[in-house]
Amino acid sequence: MKIKVSRDKCEGHSRCYSLAPDLVDVDDLGNAFELNDGEVWADLEDRAQLIVDNCPEFAIEIVEG
Amino acid sequence: MTDTEHCPVSDIATDYDIFDPDYVHDPVPAWSEIRESCPIAHTDRWGGSWLPTRYDDVQALAKMVPELSSANPGPIVVNIPEEFRRPEREGYNGAAPISADPPEQTWTRKALLPHFTPKAIAPQHEFTKKLCHELINGFIDDGGCDAAVDYAQQIPPRVIAHKLGVDGSRVDEFIEWVRGVLELGLTDPATRLKYSDTIHDFFKAEVKDRRENPRDDLITDLCNTEVDGHLLPDPVIVGMCNLQLVAGIDTTWSSIGSALWHFAGHDDDRRRMAGADDDLWGTAVEELLRAYSPVTMARTVMEPVEISGASLQPGDKVLMNFPGANHDPEVFEDPDTVILDRQRNRHIAFGAGIHRCAGSNLARMEMDVALRTWFERIPEFTLSAPDEVAWAGGQVRGPRILPVTFGA
Repeated sequence: MKIKVSRDKCEGHSRCYSLAPDLVDVDDLGNAFELNDGEVWADLEDRAQLIVDNCPEFAIEIVEG
Repeated sequence: MTDTEHCPVSDIATDYDIFDPDYVHDPVPAWSEIRESCPIAHTDRWGGSWLPTRYDDVQALAKMVPELSSANPGPIVVNIPEEFRRPEREGYNGAAPISADPPEQTWTRKALLPHFTPKAIAPQHEFTKKLCHELINGFIDDGGCDAAVDYAQQIPPRVIAHKLGVDGSRVDEFIEWVRGVLELGLTDPATRLKYSDTIHDFFKAEVKDRRENPRDDLITDLCNTEVDGHLLPDPVIVGMCNLQLVAGIDTTWSSIGSALWHFAGHDDDRRRMAGADDDLWGTAVEELLRAYSPVTMARTVMEPVEISGASLQPGDKVLMNFPGANHDPEVFEDPDTVILDRQRNRHIAFGAGIHRCAGSNLARMEMDVALRTWFERIPEFTLSAPDEVAWAGGQVRGPRILPVTFGA
């Protein structure tokens, strides 16, 4: 599974970072970017779905998986 | 505009009142009725406004820039007599970036946001935890307290004072000032101006002091912040400090208070949180933010907008009904029930789009620490006088009187 954060849509809520700091980090403005090129290990797939389903800007998507 | 142009389905759709005691006490039934019938209501009360209730509509409206302006983000239109106005503090100098539109919104937000990322607010975590324990130490032997006045209300002013670097012993004054602007002053221009002047003069002096005596605090950081090679002008910094005090106090204490109100009255949820792990706390805090979202902002229409059957005209006020959007059954399963481990929760308690609450990470941390510390010390508590619980509404909704008894 891979995730992708849209830099255009992200407004820096940082909810993904608070739920899954293993999958995303945030920059100086709080805008998120995916770690490990978006690669999601099998044991974190539920967590990846959780951050997709909790983004108020619809900025995170699962691109493979 | 005449009433016949509004959605003529029922009274609530054409004559809602955000200060009506029933609405303040429990606005959920009103949103539900409007959402099913209208779904964007209008009222002529309080200067007139539109009230969207669907999640998709509120999201769409939040993204309408420049069609909607944030220069006057209060929820009501008060015709303020000339003697009660301060034109130099209207618009982006008032409380940027919340009171600004692009391009000023863009650079003021860029200057402020780095101070409120999860990492930037991390140093406040220990301070908040210690503060919560101290507050609880003060009343735990009494067997009960007013969870709004003695606890929820005491936390955000001290945390923001600590972050700004202002005198924490003056929090009772800060609380009075903020309520003077956001609650008492909302419909009373003279009161609002009095407290607005007090806050402005206070921060003007603080900024002047930091220019002469820099130290390790946010006001000093803002004094040293450059955007495109220019230091932030002092009036903008004073406005930003005003924003942090006014927007950071009433709101977060309302969220903490609403959560404690919920747990005091819902035995199963309370007992579940007494043994909660980090994952459950993570979803529970977001769920409480969704179910009891405190803040309703407003926009002013600049260009005609057609949305869900409503024709918004220049000059109209639109209430950004984030709390109502968060109860839309199209988006949230069983929206009026608190589900502590809710997995799909794209709530917009902190707004959406370019005006997403700048302090959201600080607020989330304060709420998380305040609730966890409370449950660690006081896992069992109930409402001691349900009839005495009093709510404030309007722009910020939350309990202002919340008597609870400790113990099973």
